[in-house]
This record gives sequence, structure tokens and C-alpha cells, in this order.
Amino acid sequence: MAPSQPYLAKTLNDLTPGKSVKIIRHRSQGAVRQRLLDLGLMPGAEVTMVRSAPLNDPIELKLEAANVTLRRQEAATIEVQENE
Amino acid sequence: MSNPKSLRVAIAGQQNAGKSTIFNMLTGVRQHVANYPGVTVDKKYGSYQDNEGIVQTVDLPGTYSLTSFSLEERVARNFLLTEQPDVTLDVVDASNLHRSLHLTLQILEMGLPTVLALNMMDVATGRDIRIDREELARRLGIPIVETVGRKGQGREDLRRTIREYDTAKETLTPPVDYGPLETDINAIEADLPASEVLKHVPKRWIALKLLEDDTAVADMLMTKSNKSEIEALLRRVTEQRNTFFQNQGLDVADHIVASREKAIINLLEGVVSGKDPNRPTLTDRVDRFLLNRWGAPVFLVGTVFLIYQVAIVWGYELTTYTWPLLAGFREIVAGVLPSAGFLVDPYTRAMGLWLVDSANTLLNYVPIFLILFSLIAILEDTGYMARIAFILDKILHRFGLHGQSTLPLILGGVFAGGCAVPGVMATKGIPDNRARMATILTVPFMNCLAKVPLYTLLLGIFFVEDKSLMMFYISTMTIIFALLVAKLLTKTVLQGEQTSPFVMELPTYHLPTVTGVARRAFDRTWMYIKKVGTIVVAVAVVVFTLLQFPGLPEERKSHFETRGQAALEVFQKAMNGNQYLSVARQENIVPLVNFYNDFKRAKLNASGAEASRAVNAEFEARNAEFYPLVKPPKGDKDARKASRALKKLASASKSIRREMKEERITNSILGSIGRSLEPLTQFAGFDWKINVALLASFAARESSVATLGVLFQQDADQNATLEERMGSETMAAGATSLLATSMILFFALYPPCLATTVMVKVQTGSYGWMLFSIIFPTILGLLVSSVVYSVGLAMGASGIEAMSVVYFSALALLLLVGLRGGQRRIKLHQIKTAGG
Repeated sequence: MAPSQPYLAKTLNDLTPGKSVKIIRHRSQGAVRQRLLDLGLMPGAEVTMVRSAPLNDPIELKLEAANVTLRRQEAATIEVQENE
Repeated sequence: MSNPKSLRVAIAGQQNAGKSTIFNMLTGVRQHVANYPGVTVDKKYGSYQDNEGIVQTVDLPGTYSLTSFSLEERVARNFLLTEQPDVTLDVVDASNLHRSLHLTLQILEMGLPTVLALNMMDVATGRDIRIDREELARRLGIPIVETVGRKGQGREDLRRTIREYDTAKETLTPPVDYGPLETDINAIEADLPASEVLKHVPKRWIALKLLEDDTAVADMLMTKSNKSEIEALLRRVTEQRNTFFQNQGLDVADHIVASREKAIINLLEGVVSGKDPNRPTLTDRVDRFLLNRWGAPVFLVGTVFLIYQVAIVWGYELTTYTWPLLAGFREIVAGVLPSAGFLVDPYTRAMGLWLVDSANTLLNYVPIFLILFSLIAILEDTGYMARIAFILDKILHRFGLHGQSTLPLILGGVFAGGCAVPGVMATKGIPDNRARMATILTVPFMNCLAKVPLYTLLLGIFFVEDKSLMMFYISTMTIIFALLVAKLLTKTVLQGEQTSPFVMELPTYHLPTVTGVARRAFDRTWMYIKKVGTIVVAVAVVVFTLLQFPGLPEERKSHFETRGQAALEVFQKAMNGNQYLSVARQENIVPLVNFYNDFKRAKLNASGAEASRAVNAEFEARNAEFYPLVKPPKGDKDARKASRALKKLASASKSIRREMKEERITNSILGSIGRSLEPLTQFAGFDWKINVALLASFAARESSVATLGVLFQQDADQNATLEERMGSETMAAGATSLLATSMILFFALYPPCLATTVMVKVQTGSYGWMLFSIIFPTILGLLVSSVVYSVGLAMGASGIEAMSVVYFSALALLLLVGLRGGQRRIKLHQIKTAGG
């Protein structure tokens, strides 16, 4: 993966397993955005990166009670903020 | 209260909330599956009886919300809008209440009388999640019932609540406060004209949808109301939306979701307690093994191998026990139909037996399918199928498919044997339309069980030494071809299709229930049996007709009749002076020959000395007068002599019949089609006989072997197997293992059988795609076979050499395409990241 640039916001695509973050904002639109929101990836939601698939893509996230998977392509459209 | 009163209930809920188990729990076995009008979404309906009357129940498609973005959501929403169920039952996952309530609030906003089923209470309890049901019910203003659908817990409670709630319907207070948007909502509500279409739903809901820019609702208003009035309204709404964005710095749709989220946090405050989201659940701990980099491939391969071993290997062994049942059925039918003539059978008999044979070859696979579909249902119900999609998505996605293409491909027979009909049907679940189309069009390339007999036949003749290597090539080549074809189609004809992301929930692991698995396995097997009962039988009739007509010319007929007469004369001469002459009198001869043939066939089918004796007894009872002629008593010289003569007569009749049949097929319509195709197929090495077999196999793949069996006929005396006959005949005609390779390749790429193409029509909703699914593979198959055969012939390659070259070229191409696609994606990603 390309190293994230300092001037760019971190996205869900940049996490290592075990890392917890808070969702800030979606860059996607329309049906994709709706689907992400529906699965609970809402701005403000706490998300933990669980693992990558054996071939690195897609990734698995834990949100509250649910485990959700999405491709890195979509993960890269969700901006996040690291928790302290 | 005393009048029986019927009730209509719609079941809504998010995916994986256990909606279908609740539906099954309520309705039991009385249910039907159909499609919603015009779309390919399942409509499951059933009914049950409570003490007041019938309750009609519809299981809506599982949706996360009720927007108009996906087909399922539109279907579910339209049903709720137009059908106005008396009660809407919202099934929610108690262990994931927070997310589930988003749908609940949307249903309540539509003003529908709603009952909440708090399902999977056992999972919630297992995770120490405690829910104050009464308080939540009070806050939502609707009744809530706790259920465990898989164990049937809460059924009576639920039925009673549905019934009581209907009698105590009440208007609901709007559950969500939209803060700064409320003034806009009120303004639109006031402007909305009285409309016939949406009169059942609150105007507040319509206002919200218009603010969300929901085009489906806007269109609905347009159709029935004053157009210009609505257009003016929509312009005002757009203005309001823009103003809201300027003032709040937030999209209206986002604000609506956020408000709902806030409402849910308030609803759940003090209602849910005791949970610790950071404590790993059992599912988490299991996934640590099953989904890690090393465990995942090992467990996946192990699972696939287990399915192969149990369903295919053991399933085949099981068919040796079930085949006698089918053979017995054939005997019964043969007994009922008018009996055979000496040279020509009545059409009803010939056609009847042809139909039974066609159906039997297919029904023979039923035990395999029952096992296979049960195992697959177990994979689905446990939640492992979703994990397979997770593991394989990267590879499949690279070729234009989708993680969820795995199930259709496995059903279609990716590694061992399956059936494309349930495979194509299972593509329903793939959310990405382009990947779904690519899957529909590649599932038929899998090794359907019916292709196996032809492979076995050809391997037995031409590849005796390399049998296992060839089988390995064949069974792994299909997926290589399928991936390449998927990529090709995605880059060409499917380029314009809509795609959507791979966003999916990994459900909690569950132990599957016997009824759940059995129901799914029977449903899918039943689909297969229906295919046999309808399409295959219908096509069998057509093929039969095409093979029968126009029949033999008069002079050939009389030629065969003369030969038959000669055989009869020989028999009568041999019987002269025999004490059994009276038994073998003129009018008895045909029944006698039939009796002899039946006896021989029964003896052949009987396994073991015991069964053989039983056959003897049965035939003696059937006709004590004929019996000595087929089984001469010890020391009865006349009987032995008569029996020998009868045997000669029967075999003469058989061989004349065979010759007639072959001539009939040669002259038949299908035969001439096969011959007229020879100029086209000669490059692939196919002569007209092979063409006829391949044409017949379009009806059902199994037919190819059956047709070849007829075409490569033997004389009755040589008891050679089809493999030997085909071997000697085709080899005499200069056929080589190269031809066999050409045939195998064509068969691997050959269009789906008719039943599958019908399913393609159902799933794509278009005759165009159905035609495409026939024409494209035909051209592709013929092209590949022609190149392989022509080039192979020129280079003097053997079949196995040609196959190896094709296999490794395809493999190399696969790796090339796969790796190139990956590099391009990384580059694109880098550009995107750098460009910001």
C-alpha cells in the first residue's frame, strides 16, 4: 500500500489490524454511500479494523455488534480519525 | 370476535436478522415462492391459522433500509405502500439492536401498524446483552415480542400479539425529531395535494422522501396528480434542500440519517445494558482460526474436498442403490405401454420409453443433489459461505466476478459436478449487477454432472493411460475458462452494466437446524426435478420426433420386412416336428420374442443367485407355456432345440431393428441437420454423428451419451460396450485422441442446456441475454475446438499433448490477466492518492 500522505486525511484503508478509529466523513455518493451508512458505517461511529482477507483485500471491520467487510477501494473513501 | 377474520401480515427486516426463520416458524410448510411482478426478486408467501382465522403472510426481501437505491428495497417499499398489510412484522436482531432500529423507524414513519420481533434473543443473552423490552415497547409505541426463530421460541406469543394488535390499531406519533429540518417538512406537507396514489402514507413521510431527493416517490406523485403543480412543488423542495445545505453545512439526506441515529441513541439509553462490545464473541474467536492468512486456505480447501467426497463420491455410490428403483419404474411403464412388434414398435411405446429413459438419466442424480444441496445449505446457514466470499473476493473481483459468485459457481459444479440451473438461480444474491451478469453467463461453463458421462466415455476410449491426468485437466480447466470468459465479457458486452461495491456483513456463526437445511435442500432439488419433468421431457419429445421423421422409404421398409420374414421362416423350419410347435404357433411368435427379451433383460438386471431365482419364478408364473422355451428344463431335448431357435430369431430381430434405426436416424431431420453442419464442424473434426449427439445434448447434456449410444450401434451378438464400439468405429474412420480432445473442449465450452437457458431468461429478464448465452459459447467452443484440432492435426499432436498445451496456455493467460489487472489497480490507486 502507498504510504498515506501527511496532508491527506486517514481513511479506513490505512489501518493495521487491531486499530480503532472514529468515522469522520464519506467521500462516496449515492447508492454506495447509502449502503455504507446502512451497515452502520455512520459518521461518528467507532470502528475497529479486524483483519485483511488472506489476499489482503477485502478487509473486515468490527462496528458495535456487527462484523462488516468491504473492499479497500471503498474503504479508501471513508475518512477516519484515530482514537486516543 | 366470533367471526373468522383473515389478516394480512408483511414480514420486514434486515439481512441476517432471521427474517426467513421467523417466516418459517409462523407458517410452517404452507408456503410458496414466486417472483414479484416484473422483477426477479423472490416473493415468499404462506399462511397460518390462529383461533380467529387465516393469517396471510408475505416475507419481504431483506433490506437494511427503505430507500429507492436497490431493487430489493424498492420492491419491499412498494409492497408496503400499495398492499397496505394489516400488520407489519419487523424482525430485528436483538444482538444488533442499534443498527436494526434504523429500518424500524423508517417503517414507523410510513405509518404502518407494526409489531417488533426481537429475534435471536439467545445470541443476545449469550453475549450478556440485556434489553428492557417493556420500556423499549413503551418508547416506540408498538408491541415487542422476544423470539428465537431457529428454536421456534415465541411463536404463540407472536401470533397472539399480531392478532390482538390488529384489533387495537392506533395512530402513531412520529418517532424522529429532525430539528432544523422540521419547518421544511411542515411546509411541504402543507403544499402536498390530496393524492390517490399515496393516500395511505402520512404526508410527513412523503415530505421526507422528497427532501431526500427520492426520485421514485417523486415519480409516483407525478403519475397521478396534477403535473405542473407537482413540478412546482419539486422545484421548491430543491430550493429548500439547497438552502438547508448552505445554512447547516450538511446534506439533507445525511442530516436525516444522523437525526435517526440520534433518535436511536435516545431510544436505547437505559434500555440496553450489560454489553461489552470489546469482549471477543465466540464468532470472533472462531474467525481467528478460520480467516487468518494460513488457516483460511487450509480450511477452505478442506471444506471443498469434504463436499466433493461426501456429495459426489459417496453420492455416486448411493445411486447404485437408487438406480434399480428407476429401472423398476421403466419396467412398469414398459408393461403398461402397448407391447413391442417384431420389427416395428408402436409409436406410443417407442416414445413412452424414450421419455422414461430421458427422465431416468436425470433423476439418477437426485441423491447426489440432495446431499450436495444439504451441505451447501449448511455452509450458508452456519455463516461460512459469507466467509468464503470474503476469502475469494479478491481473485473473483479481478476477473469481473464477485465474492458472492462463489455459491453459484459451487452449485454449478466448479470442482466436481453440479447443475447450472440452481447455480444460475443462486446469482440472485449478488448485489453488483455487472458481476451478477458475468456470473450468470459463466456458471454454465462449470462441470455440470451431466457432462461427466461423456468425459468418462471419451477418456475410457482414448486416454486409458492418461485418464487421471486428463480428468485433472478437465476439472480444473473449467474454472480457468470461466474466469477468462468472465473477464472478456466484463470488458466487452457487460461494460455498461451497473456495478456496486462489495460491502457485506459477516454473520454470526449459527448451528444450522435440520428443518432449515432440509427445506433448502429439498427446494433446490425440487427445482431440478421440475426441470426434468417439464423442459427436458418436452425437448425429449422434440428430439425424438426429429430423430424419427421422415422415416424409412418404402423400398427399404420392404427390404427389412423380407429379411424379417426370412428369419421367421428359419425359425419355423427349426421348429418342425418339435413338441413345442403348438406353443410357437404364428400368433404367438411376437409375444414369445418379447417374453424372451424381457426375461434376458431381467436376468441381466438381477444381481446374485437369489434374485436370479426370483426372476425365474416370476417368469414361470407369468407364462408357464412360454417358460420352457426360454429356460429349458433339464433333459428336455425339444425344449433346448426350440430355445436355441428362439434365441436366433430374437437376435435376428434385434439386429434388423438396429439397422433400421440407424438408417432412420441417418435419414432423419436431425441427421440431415448434423450432416449439413459438417462443413462447419469439420475443422473441429466432428462428423455428422457427433454433430447429432451434440445437438441432442442441448436438450439435456445426458442425451449426448445416449445419442452416441444409438448412433454407434452394435449387432446383438457382439456384446460390446459403447466404449469398445465407439472406439472401433471411430478409429476405423480415422478418429484419434486429438478428436476426443477437440470434443472435450467443445463440450466444456458448449452452451448451457435448455433448462439453464430458460433460467438465464428468468434471472436476466431478457430473451436477448438468453440468446447470447446460447450463441456465444457455441462460437467460442467451435473456435477453440477448430484451432486445437486443425493445428494439432497439422503438427501431428496426440490428444494428451494438445490438451496439455491448451491447459497451460489458458493457465498462463489467466495468470497474465490476473496479475496485469492487479498492477493497473495499484497504479491507479497511487495516482489517486498522490493527486488527492
